Amino acid sequence: MLDKIGIAKRIAKEVKDGYYVNLGIGIPTLVANYVPENIEVEFQSENGVLGMGPFPFEGEEDADIINAGKQTITTLPGASFFDSATSFGMIRGKHVHLTILGAMEVAENGDIANWKIPGKMVKGMGGAMDLVASAENIIVAMMHTNKAGESKLLKRCTLPLTGVGCVKKIVTNLAVLEVTKDGFKLLERAPGVSVDAIKQATGGTLLVEGDIPEMVL
Amino acid sequence: MITKTVQSVNEAVAGVVDNMTLMLGGFGLCGIPENAISALVQRKVKGLTCISNNAGVDDFGLGLLLQNKQIKKMISSYVGENDEFERQMLQGELDVELIPQGTLAERCRAAQAGFPAIYTPAGFGTEVAEGKETREFDGKMYVLEHAFKADFAFVKAWKGDTAGNLIFKGTARNFNPVMCGAAKITVAEVEELVPAGELDPNQIHIPGIFVQRIFQGEKYEKRIEQRTVRVN
Repeated sequence: MLDKIGIAKRIAKEVKDGYYVNLGIGIPTLVANYVPENIEVEFQSENGVLGMGPFPFEGEEDADIINAGKQTITTLPGASFFDSATSFGMIRGKHVHLTILGAMEVAENGDIANWKIPGKMVKGMGGAMDLVASAENIIVAMMHTNKAGESKLLKRCTLPLTGVGCVKKIVTNLAVLEVTKDGFKLLERAPGVSVDAIKQATGGTLLVEGDIPEMVL
Repeated sequence: MITKTVQSVNEAVAGVVDNMTLMLGGFGLCGIPENAISALVQRKVKGLTCISNNAGVDDFGLGLLLQNKQIKKMISSYVGENDEFERQMLQGELDVELIPQGTLAERCRAAQAGFPAIYTPAGFGTEVAEGKETREFDGKMYVLEHAFKADFAFVKAWKGDTAGNLIFKGTARNFNPVMCGAAKITVAEVEELVPAGELDPNQIHIPGIFVQRIFQGEKYEKRIEQRTVRVN
C-alpha cells in the first residue's frame, strides 16, 4: 500500500517532457517534488503564474507571489504572470496538458465529486469545475477509501458533482485505474496489494484482465 | 491626457450607497484593494452584493465588511478560511452564490468587453448549471453564463499613472485587470502613483480608459495568508 508520497511518486511518472501541468491542492502539490530532473515541465497555478518554483527561503517570502493554495512561492527562469481570465483561457483552451487533482468520489462513468458535502461547510469549487470540464488529461490522486473505510470509487457519485464524464485515470494508495465505458479497468497494483484487496475496496465495476503488474516507483 | 486622479480614498469611494453591487479584485488576500475596503467600512454602507473570488479572512480584507454585516450577498468561487462568513451563511444572514473561478473571471471580462453572456463548459451537468440555458457545440455541452452588472469595481495595482494606466505585480494581478471597466465606475488604488508619461506605454497592463478614479493607497499591509518556506 502507498502513502501520499507514494501516490505522488507514481503520478510523477505520468508527467512528460514539454508538459504544462496544473496541480491541485493536497497530494497533487507533492507531485512537483518527484518529476524527473531530465525533463522540462512548467507548473501552472490558476491564480496566475506559469513556471512555479519551490517555496521561498525564510525571509524571501513575497506577499505578491503565491499559488492557488495561497502559499508563498518562487518562480523559475521563464516564468510568467497573467490575469485570471487568461489563466482559465489556458485551461479551457486545452493549452495545459495535464491536470492532477484530488477527489472525494469518482464514478465508473468518469464523474467526479470534490467540492461540496451538503449540510457541512461549503467552501466552494474554486477552479475545479473549470479544470475538470476542460482538461483532456485528468488524473485523480486520492486514497482508495475514505476515513470510514468506504470506497471512493463508485458506480455513481453520491455527492454533488464537480464534472461529468471527465476523469480518465485514477492513482490511489492501492492501484492505478483507467476509466473505460465498462467500468474501472485495473492497470497496476500498489506494492504488496492483491487484486482481491482492490476488488474489496472498489464500489464500482472493476475490470481485471490477465495478470496485473505491480507499480514501479 | 484625461486625468483620473482623486485626492483621497474618501473621494475614491464617493457615490457608493446601500444595496449596490461591487466588484473587488484579489485572490485570497493577494492583490486586494485594502484602502478602498477600509474606506467602505468607514462609510458604513450596507446591503452590499460583493463579487470577489474570495471573502477575506475574519479580520482582514472583505472579512472586515462581513464583521460589520455590511454585505448582503457574496458571489465567489471559494470562501473557506473565514469563521464569521461561515456563521452568517449557516444562520441565513448572508446569501452566497458560488460559481466556478474561470466563470467568475469570464463574467467580469464579458462585462468589460461588451459581451452579454458567454458559453463555458465549466459546471455542465452539476448544480451550477441548474436552470441555465445549455447548448452543444461540436459534440460538447456548454452553459450560458451572463456578464456581471456592477456599480463599482475596486481594483489594486502596483503602479499607476494620473491617466489611470495600470501595471500589476506578480500574482497580485489575478482578477484585478478583468474587473477594470466591468462596472459603471472603476476605482484603482496603487502602491505608487506617478505623473502620466513616466510609465512606458509598452508595459501598461490595463489602459486608463477602463479606469475612472485612481489614487495612491496610504499604506499596504499585504498580509500573507499561508506563509510557506523551504525546509533546507
